Amino acid sequence: MSLTLPLGPERPGALQKLRLWWGSWPLGQLAFLAIFGLLAALFAHNVLQTMARIGVLPGFEFLSSSANFEIGESLVAFRAGDTYLRAIFAGLINTLEVSLFGCLLATIFGGAIGVAGLSGNLLLSQLVRWFIEITRNTPLLLQLFFWISLAKALPAPRQASPLLGAVYLTNRGVYLPSLSLEGGPLGLVAALALAGMAAWVVMLVLSRLERLTVRTGAGAAALVFAATLLLLFFSGARPVAEAPALAGFNIREGLNLSPEFAALLTGLVVKFSALIAEIVRAGIQSVGIGQWEAARALGLHNGQIIRLVVLPQALRVITPLTTSSYLDLTKDSSLAVAIGFPDLVSIVNTTANTTGQSMEALMIMIAAFLTINLSLSALMSAYNNRIALRGIA
Amino acid sequence: MTGIAHPHSGLTGRIRGLAILLQTGLFGTRANTMITLATLILLFQVVPPLFRWAVLDATFSSTGDACSRQGACWAFVAAKLRFILFAFYPPDLQWRPALVILILAAVLTASALPRFWGRALLVAWPLAVLACWLLMNGFLTTAPVPSNQWGGLPVTLFVWAGCFAAATPIAVVLALARRSKLGGMRTFSVVYIEVMRGTPMVGILYVAMLILPMAMPASLSFDKMLRAIIMITLFWAAYIAEVIRAGLQAIPPGQVEAATALGLGYWRTQRLIILPQALRIVIPGMVNLAIGFLLATSLLAVIGIFDLLNAARASATDPNWLGFYNEAYLVVAIVYFVICFGASRYSQWLEQRLAAGERR
Repeated sequence: MSLTLPLGPERPGALQKLRLWWGSWPLGQLAFLAIFGLLAALFAHNVLQTMARIGVLPGFEFLSSSANFEIGESLVAFRAGDTYLRAIFAGLINTLEVSLFGCLLATIFGGAIGVAGLSGNLLLSQLVRWFIEITRNTPLLLQLFFWISLAKALPAPRQASPLLGAVYLTNRGVYLPSLSLEGGPLGLVAALALAGMAAWVVMLVLSRLERLTVRTGAGAAALVFAATLLLLFFSGARPVAEAPALAGFNIREGLNLSPEFAALLTGLVVKFSALIAEIVRAGIQSVGIGQWEAARALGLHNGQIIRLVVLPQALRVITPLTTSSYLDLTKDSSLAVAIGFPDLVSIVNTTANTTGQSMEALMIMIAAFLTINLSLSALMSAYNNRIALRGIA
Repeated sequence: MTGIAHPHSGLTGRIRGLAILLQTGLFGTRANTMITLATLILLFQVVPPLFRWAVLDATFSSTGDACSRQGACWAFVAAKLRFILFAFYPPDLQWRPALVILILAAVLTASALPRFWGRALLVAWPLAVLACWLLMNGFLTTAPVPSNQWGGLPVTLFVWAGCFAAATPIAVVLALARRSKLGGMRTFSVVYIEVMRGTPMVGILYVAMLILPMAMPASLSFDKMLRAIIMITLFWAAYIAEVIRAGLQAIPPGQVEAATALGLGYWRTQRLIILPQALRIVIPGMVNLAIGFLLATSLLAVIGIFDLLNAARASATDPNWLGFYNEAYLVVAIVYFVICFGASRYSQWLEQRLAAGERR
């Protein structure tokens, strides 16, 4: 606040600052907030009374009592009898997992589809146009219902024929080839962490030197890759590639995605890649045609024009819009509850129904989503500040 | 077509122009030809099986047993269309939900046409919503219908239009509070909007299902539909408020200063000068929001309200017509698509029209 205040030479004190911030109509505002507070207190009172009537103790003690339901799948091991806290944590990890992969894949496919829509080819751009219109104008829940009924209608493992040699689509889920490590996950975690830090340092040094070209970048990446392999070798862990294969009545080995997870991920990726494709198209089209012509006059070829001229400017339009798409994707992963994937919302709902502690359970859910949303938007706005136009305003 | 100079005019010229456009668009360069061929191969993988399912192997009129599982069963759609559109509403009173659809369509059409924009619409909206509620209820008639028997398209449209109409005034107040100089109101508005926008709609619906009945006094009980409507209204208000805030930000500060110089107070300035301009700017944004909201009403299925999507799902559980989910979903997808695609085209038309008005 560079406001000059009619208070004499001294700067305003804390109380005066508060008064300025609070603004005029002080009593009216206080009265409004007081009425709102009273209303909230009345609701809280009613909730407590209802809880007393149905014999439920308010508070978060229920988190440490044991939950008697199963969770279909989770990265966190969970069995019936573990605590509610662990169940909710497993649900949170599932939500994060599906959101993370969803954002990643939707960005990749959305970028590709957005660029494909801009190609001069009439057939391809019309196809992209219709794909986008259909996915945008039908509800996500309907699309999820479609994907789950498709996933359940796939052939049984014995009848399934592999796609591309190693991908099986069956009614028991999708089987993908996987890469795992034998000799302890500790070695893997350590190796990845070290490799990540090495990559970070190399990138930092290169960007300080302002000599980050494609060649040095590729060299650095190769160096980090080689370092990771060496680290893995010395940590005693051996990477093992597994291809799924039919053994008896089921498919063994490889990575198995449950039908619910596969359907949810497919639905989110299809819907949001259409939305991101539109954002990418808008971003690229926001760069004036004169920029292309000028770059072409300088003798740059198409790839260079996109990488050096168009993309840096388009990203300024694309980044903030993509951020809100990521936030929407994370929130929409809660539709998992309708197709039976145990995400955070689904487990919170089960917890609320089995314990009667709906108030506390839903408060945990809202707090979790607020935390995810606020940290994601902080992360993206930090990135946005890096690429934003400098020097103007 | 501007790049193609052609000596002839008339039909043959136009056809030749189209042919040239297609030729350059599909086979202009070598890369283009390859893209065309790759796309054709992709289409050839997808379209013929779809055509076989929808037409060649389909059953058009029969009973559930005669429908083969190889092709579509359009007989199912013919038999269950009434259920998909109106769900469990008593068939002999079906004219009521049908009338609700007509009333809402009329009000929406009137709101879409700039020539009707005015005070009359502001009165018509609450009256229409009230009329729809009374009609569905069967108020003052011998056959009242409780809301757990409502379903299908009228519920989807009614919840959508009713919640949107009710949320807009709340949103205007929230947006003004967020932009005001009153710190207490501003903080309240920011916290409210951020909490609402940070929570998934499924979570909001669970609040309506589980918390709202606990928070009401024991003597007062709302049915599920009304609770959902209350929470959705409060939820959408946060989204609409952000769009209106964008419009308020676009009004130059000189407008407020000029109004203050004329001696207008805060409320008169907002009502007469600022809001009319801001709301005009955000109309296309509101239409886009409305499209998103219509798609979001399908989440009512999660808490067991028989909206259009849930009615379609339930129609495929009829023992005589078991498991024809794909056909039911296709019908619903077409209904949503027609409304939303039409609305997005309308939004583009409106944007151009409003821009033309600005250009003078």
